[in-house]
Amino acid sequence: MAIDSDVLVVGGGLAAITAAISASREGADVRLVSHKASTLRQASGLIDALGYVPATEPAKPLREGPPTAGRELDRDEWPDPEGPLADPFEGIDRLPETHPYRVVGADALREGLDLFDELAGDAYRGGHTDRNALVPTFGGTVKPTARYPAAAEAGLASDDRPALIVGFRSLTEYDARAFAGRLEAAGVPFDVAGVEVEFAEAFRADAKVTRLAKALDHDEAIDGVPAREALAKAVGPHLHDVIDEAGGVDRVERVGFPAFLGDDRGDEVRAELADRLGADVFEIPMGPPSLPGLRLEDRLFDALDAEGVKFETGNPVVGIETETDGRVETVAVDRKGRETPYGADAFVLATGGLVGKGLDSDREGVREPVLDLHVEQPDDRYEWFVDDAFGDQPYARFGVRPDERGRPLDGDGGAQYANVFAAGGVVGGADAAREKSASGVSLATGLVAGRQAATEATQ
Amino acid sequence: MTRHTDDGDGKDANGANGTDGERGGVSEPSTGPGVPETGRDEQPSIFVPDDGSGGEAAATDGGVESATGGSDSAELDPGAYDPVDVFPGGDLDLREGADSCYKCTSCDTSCPVAEVDDEFPGPKFQGPEQWRLKRKDDHDIDESITSCSNCMRCDDACPSSVPLSQMHNEARGQFVEAQMEKLSVEYVRNRILANYRTSARLASMFPRTASFAMNFGPVRWAMEKTLGIPKERDFPEFATETFREWWKARGGAQVESSDKRVAYFHGCYSNYNTPEVGKAMVRVYEHFGYEVMVPPQKCSGTPMFANGMLKDARRHAETNVENMVEAIGEGADVIASCTSCSLSLRQEYPELFDIHGIEDLSEHTYEALEYLRIHEDLEGELAGTKLADEQSFAYHAPCHARNQGLSRQAVETFRDVDNVTMEDVGDSCSGISGTYGWKEEKYEKSMKIGEEMFEHMEDAEGDVGMTECPTCAMQMEHGTGYEIKHPLQLLEETVAA
Repeated sequence: MAIDSDVLVVGGGLAAITAAISASREGADVRLVSHKASTLRQASGLIDALGYVPATEPAKPLREGPPTAGRELDRDEWPDPEGPLADPFEGIDRLPETHPYRVVGADALREGLDLFDELAGDAYRGGHTDRNALVPTFGGTVKPTARYPAAAEAGLASDDRPALIVGFRSLTEYDARAFAGRLEAAGVPFDVAGVEVEFAEAFRADAKVTRLAKALDHDEAIDGVPAREALAKAVGPHLHDVIDEAGGVDRVERVGFPAFLGDDRGDEVRAELADRLGADVFEIPMGPPSLPGLRLEDRLFDALDAEGVKFETGNPVVGIETETDGRVETVAVDRKGRETPYGADAFVLATGGLVGKGLDSDREGVREPVLDLHVEQPDDRYEWFVDDAFGDQPYARFGVRPDERGRPLDGDGGAQYANVFAAGGVVGGADAAREKSASGVSLATGLVAGRQAATEATQ
Repeated sequence: MTRHTDDGDGKDANGANGTDGERGGVSEPSTGPGVPETGRDEQPSIFVPDDGSGGEAAATDGGVESATGGSDSAELDPGAYDPVDVFPGGDLDLREGADSCYKCTSCDTSCPVAEVDDEFPGPKFQGPEQWRLKRKDDHDIDESITSCSNCMRCDDACPSSVPLSQMHNEARGQFVEAQMEKLSVEYVRNRILANYRTSARLASMFPRTASFAMNFGPVRWAMEKTLGIPKERDFPEFATETFREWWKARGGAQVESSDKRVAYFHGCYSNYNTPEVGKAMVRVYEHFGYEVMVPPQKCSGTPMFANGMLKDARRHAETNVENMVEAIGEGADVIASCTSCSLSLRQEYPELFDIHGIEDLSEHTYEALEYLRIHEDLEGELAGTKLADEQSFAYHAPCHARNQGLSRQAVETFRDVDNVTMEDVGDSCSGISGTYGWKEEKYEKSMKIGEEMFEHMEDAEGDVGMTECPTCAMQMEHGTGYEIKHPLQLLEETVAA
């Protein structure tokens, strides 16, 4: 006997969760199966929609012949991407026709963002407007994003209050002074200084960010002083470090920290620090491992629970077990070497892209490994990429190509299975890294795939 | 039907004395009765025990050696293995796993120990990094490996499927074998804790006396001072009648069936401490028409892996594999009520040992609720049922359940039962991790890890806890004072009462 549900969602990221909740709200009985703990823990926690429209045509015709990895002197020339966009919706029409936003429509993005706002509640900001916010990230760049954690709010680049950026010597991936310098170079409209303080030094040099977050959550004593107080005391002497253009010294009105200010009790930690420092406190989203990503994961899985969606992590879906008349009936879940059938009336594939392992590749080609769906690609491997690393890389847009209902198409342009839908990174057509569109694509395609799967299953 | 009433205790004495009568059958290349399929278990494993073949085998590394000269590898074909032989020294080649690590650090952020102890370098170091370091002959295993609690959350977190817990088990076994002082209090204490079954078997001969003595103040003070067992912990009560005694007294199986058979792997705790869980298993399965078999068995090895006592674990595994595989040959699937036992039989056994039939056991092992959810219409059975008295439960998913995809099954199963409210208290680790929280030097860490779970339990509506794991149950009770039940007990009350 198979483990049955109306809709089975395969995947554990933003697209899968969006699809599961959307399907559930259409009245379907939904189960979500994720091979591993959610990849949200590797995400920055920012929800982008569309930050740039990158050029899809080079500035001059590409040289004939295969890419040379830069060995030839006549380099590609690509125009700079258009952006940062003030309004993501305004740029959608200028994306290629095969882009997921063009396929499922701008309304899907809007509704996807609305759903996210509802699920994220007061933990997120940005829902009051269509316009992008500019959030500084730990690389010193400023990212256009549609939604951002409340913890990052006081750090927006459009805010002109002077800011102090705090770093710790033991957090090697994060250099506060370099970060402040890069922000300045980027022309932000506020005065900024970076400072390295003694706090994390009380911990071992390679202490995990979760350790620091836990110590602040529980206000553990650090050499006899409660952690939050100790951190505030370390920062206190630097509140006048910012010097404006005229050489004047202003007391800073906001202080930025790497994103480890507590896990479960982040609001409490920030509030206490703000109180002690007499300045707003914000977090700067970091690369993985990411506390904002972990917090979002917790919140969204709680939402799944509240929504009545069944979910499990730990075992992969490894293939189709039975199909009839162009419909998948059961898929096989590998439970520690033994395959167990999971049946559903409709399936949503949200397994991620090349990084998330929803797509696999070798010298022979690019494959979708779970259901073996068709992946459009040039026959010649040398056409997968172009010379300029920042050019329009064909591989970046690899993935399954859906119809307007979200069903992946086969090589002839028809739906490969009548009851299989795809969402998120496994869907091709977007260049998410250059566009800053990964989250938005997940929300838009997740919403459509979830609803359509529910319709398919309950009709 | 001797299989129903087989008295495992007769064989136990052998095992406890370390004389393994069954060993001969293991190295026999021809398929024994009850082994449904052959060939698939013949792959290199990490651990080759000291079966008299000399000091070299003492090291836990030995996969390649096993492929060429191990105890049961005479006809193995070296051509069947990936010939990755870059590093010197015989090893099960975990290089592919080490190379799959792209340093995303997801494992570290999922580690409950690293979250409370910055001296612990985390799973990324303990796994792929240490694996590379110890390719060099003169490189010792870092002592911090003993701080790993073997919760195996890193396995679940890794997006690249690096076999982290396998690497940890291997390193820990090697550390204990080669670097740990065998006369040290720590070693002796760990050996005693790892071999819980031995103590429990003795204690259950005089259960009342043992329950009293083990929790008697002066005794506990002495245990902390001499053995490093924290006096804060309450030793579990020993049942006055073990599960096996009950099984024997009731005359074994009361349902016979040739097509619905299960072999119950009760493990130590359901036998010696909470026989009510084992009884619930039997009654529920009989309710669904299954013939229950209770083959002779020893410890699943979970506490031994966690303490690096791989030799002990292997000895017990040989008995378990032999007896369970025999039951499989008679048409049974193997059912465990403890999620750590089921994980051990499914995952750690084939990862660590090369015993004939071990892959078959792995493929036929299920957790008790999982099996019913796959093979019976449990949802239909539970629809419209009602618990006599209204009760809310604070459910904690054991880490080892998480790894088998079972962390939500109890919540889902009982969601629609009237008068039952099941609240998931979140994804934190209970912190006890089997024997981990039973060590004086780990006690505080263990309680600090568990703090989040205690808080969530207090916040939850219910005042009865629920979990599949007996040591999680201990910790839940220790931290909150709640009574803790197993999902099988609730299932018994709702469908089999």
